[in-house]
Amino acid sequence: MRPVPELRTGDIVEIKLEVPENRRRLSIHKGIVMSRQNAGIHTTIRIRRIIAGIGVEIVFPIYSPNIKEIKVVSHRKVRRARLYYLRDKLPRLSTFK
Amino acid sequence: MAMAMAVVSFPSLLNKTTLSSSSSSLFTPTFLTPKPSSLLTKSSPNSKRSLVVSSMEAGIGVMGSKLGMMSFFEADGTVVPVTVVGFREGNIVTQVKTLATDGYDAVQIGYRRVRDKKLTKPETGHLQKAGVIPLRHLQEFRLTNVEGFETNQKLVFDEIFKEGDLVDVAGTTIGKGFQGGIKRHHFKRGQMTHGSKSHRALGSIGAGTTPGRVYKGKKMPGRMGGTKTKIRKLKIVKVDKDLNVVMIKGALPGKPGNLLRITPAKIVGVNIPKN
Repeated sequence: MRPVPELRTGDIVEIKLEVPENRRRLSIHKGIVMSRQNAGIHTTIRIRRIIAGIGVEIVFPIYSPNIKEIKVVSHRKVRRARLYYLRDKLPRLSTFK
Repeated sequence: MAMAMAVVSFPSLLNKTTLSSSSSSLFTPTFLTPKPSSLLTKSSPNSKRSLVVSSMEAGIGVMGSKLGMMSFFEADGTVVPVTVVGFREGNIVTQVKTLATDGYDAVQIGYRRVRDKKLTKPETGHLQKAGVIPLRHLQEFRLTNVEGFETNQKLVFDEIFKEGDLVDVAGTTIGKGFQGGIKRHHFKRGQMTHGSKSHRALGSIGAGTTPGRVYKGKKMPGRMGGTKTKIRKLKIVKVDKDLNVVMIKGALPGKPGNLLRITPAKIVGVNIPKN
């Protein structure tokens, strides 16, 4: 099994995902970890960021063989386990360079 | 009459000409013409017992214990829901039944070692005869050919099955207790509001004066679950020799720890003749 860094709610992560449908190209997803669902090998994280002015949330199974790399870029101090309040906040809080 | 009923034996069942008469004597015990009964007694003078045999298996199987469910990632990233099945000590041939001695060909297999105090004396004696360790569960696998099997032979899962094979898995379902028609038979519910008084009740259970009774087998509330079921044609996703477990796609009956019987899938035209 591929080693996965310790991921917590509030981490800003960069995920390199291989898309088999798109000729195995690597796509990079960056965003804030909104929540983490622990379920053994089926553990998932929910990533949020603003893409083209619209808030987008994607759920990734972190042990999937299609995920080639997960990198923790930084960590934002949060006081919740689930950051669902970000949906109602300003888009600035979900935007990452 | 009763004796004539009891003497129906396997050789006579095999004989096509006496098949209809013998089967009729099996299922309708009240009327029996004297002619076929005398024929039967003549054809089978030595074996005097009726046979209750299971249906033919496509091949030898094993018993296992359900461990639980998980996801499995295939190489291309597809997630497959799998049930993990483990194996406790056992899966040892305890008896080989043959047509000559027992009237049918079958292999009896024991599973799950227990302390010898846990078994009754007849059970211990049966196992001692074969020289096998004390085992809790004994099950038979009826086969067309029992050559190559001998008592005290250990059956290993990954020698019988490999990844990608289809299997039938039988076991006891979770008991649900006394349940209504909606949960038990997927009946429709009545209106909950708008003045309706029939919420989860049964509808009509039949016509009136004619026939004047409720038909047998009418679906009604009652005990649900806790019965034996067989789930067919499940794919073996992974066989792990180190952990001694196997992953089978889909859900299997019972809770973790439940006894399961895994046999090769019976597919007509492949391993079961078409007639």
